[in-house]
Amino acid sequence: MPGLLVYVDHDEGELSPQSLGVLAKAASLGGEVTAFVAGSGVDDSWAGSLGGHGAAKVLLADDPALEGGLSQPIVDAIEASAREADAVLFGAGVVSADVAAGLAARIGAGIACESTEIALADGGVVATRPALGDTVMVESGFRGTGIVLARANAFPVNESPSGTAPVERVAVEVKPWSQAARPAGREAAEAAGVDITEAEILVAVGRGMGGPENVPLVEELAKAIGGEVAATRAVVDAGWVPYAMQVGQTGKTVSPKLYIACGVSGAIQHKVGMANAGTIVAINKDPNAPIHEFADVSVIGDALTIVPKLTEALRSR
Amino acid sequence: MNIAVCVKEVPSGTSHKRLDPATNRLDRSGDSELNPFDLHALEEAVQIREGGADVGEIVAVCMGPASAQRALQKALALGADRAVLVSDDSLAGSDIAGTAHVLAAVVAKQDADLVILGQQAADADCYVMAAAVADYLERPVVTQVADLTVEGSGIRAKRQTEHGYDVIEAPLPAVVSVSDAINTPRLPSIKAIMGAKKKPLETLSAADAGVDSGRVGESGAQSIVRSVAPPAAKSAGVTIEDSGGDSAPQVVEILAGKGLL
Repeated sequence: MPGLLVYVDHDEGELSPQSLGVLAKAASLGGEVTAFVAGSGVDDSWAGSLGGHGAAKVLLADDPALEGGLSQPIVDAIEASAREADAVLFGAGVVSADVAAGLAARIGAGIACESTEIALADGGVVATRPALGDTVMVESGFRGTGIVLARANAFPVNESPSGTAPVERVAVEVKPWSQAARPAGREAAEAAGVDITEAEILVAVGRGMGGPENVPLVEELAKAIGGEVAATRAVVDAGWVPYAMQVGQTGKTVSPKLYIACGVSGAIQHKVGMANAGTIVAINKDPNAPIHEFADVSVIGDALTIVPKLTEALRSR
Repeated sequence: MNIAVCVKEVPSGTSHKRLDPATNRLDRSGDSELNPFDLHALEEAVQIREGGADVGEIVAVCMGPASAQRALQKALALGADRAVLVSDDSLAGSDIAGTAHVLAAVVAKQDADLVILGQQAADADCYVMAAAVADYLERPVVTQVADLTVEGSGIRAKRQTEHGYDVIEAPLPAVVSVSDAINTPRLPSIKAIMGAKKKPLETLSAADAGVDSGRVGESGAQSIVRSVAPPAAKSAGVTIEDSGGDSAPQVVEILAGKGLL
């Protein structure tokens, strides 16, 4: 049984569900799994609670330099433990991905991204990912230590954790250059009036809607069909709508009965947040847009023209 | 201040993407283009210069086959002052860490204070290159940057995470990857396209670039493709070609038929 190390990310006292999902998956493979937590002023019993999610042991790196959610000090902290492991597994997330990438460079390891399956074979870990717009499944193995980065929501969290694991504190030596970047504040996600994860029908606005001045067209469609408005990261980053409306890897995960994507390309980051919707309608003028590959109803045409017509057709029913 | 922008040649969005069954590598025989995500990295470099920062030069850096010269010509037309291509048969089949090693080796020779990458490559859909390159260079990194400001001898970057937006400051030299919402890339003018042909485009071998040959190519790759298989079959969806919004009644009918209205 190869030695598996799972990096568990956390933010403001909350363990990452993406990391916990990978931890549960690793534990299900049959051996003893070690979890790795990095932070500042971390409580042993909190770290030990990872035992309920599948860890047989928890390695805890606790140092003031590990405060702040930046990846590079964490690479320094995990490096020695990673070198002793056969594979280091990460859940999806911005910090997790940066740690995985930095670690791959640091120890010269292979890295498998966007993994949706993890298994053991031939004495090592193998990871499978959908690739090329999810048209093929590629299974990768590793020479030496393997690094696996999971796709968002690929592995479910153990919903009824119980038990604790022993915690071992590890020495931390953070390199000066790793501490050069400094956190300088957070823009808290503003509270939205509506929780889009609860909506049965969502109408999503993507960049194909042209500009923020056209968001009301999508709002009208949502109203006409009895749904709420969701959005892609691109339009949230561009300031059209608030972050709380974002669906995808760094946004919400939704599974409504109906998802109408207006001018949404369907990039992986968006897809992982909405692929489990019951029925997906895609309106996008680019016939090569990835969303047409997995939509149930693909409308090839300009969302800007079609959305108001759709609102009209719904209202006249 | 000098800026290096790392770019990649990828199969064009309209060409068929497939793995070569003989090698399990990406089939690069079809049309290719400059990775669309890298357009935002180039645009950001140009906007930093236009915004009044004292930018000495913008150099585009690429690892790829000889055909990647076309992608670099486009980078030059979009505002890079010169370009460097590392092209060597020994590099084919390199994994992510190997590719990051090559890019870092070339960037290290460019005297660049700020290294900018796109958030991901359109063919691999991984978003890990910036942090890997930064580790080799031993420089601070900020990824997924939605807003970037150069202030004196440092940067201030806003990134999106699962928790909202973080602001991160870092001294130069530094590495960033930018989101595809950070700016709207310009289209190159005819004059810029013609001018690009006169700009320097240097091609280096792996040895010229100072690459550690043990880390690159198929032999240096630490991740190995074991098998390639089709995904689980999914029932094909309905496709409707719209003209001027005439698809609306049909869409409503389909949704009503599914009991969704």
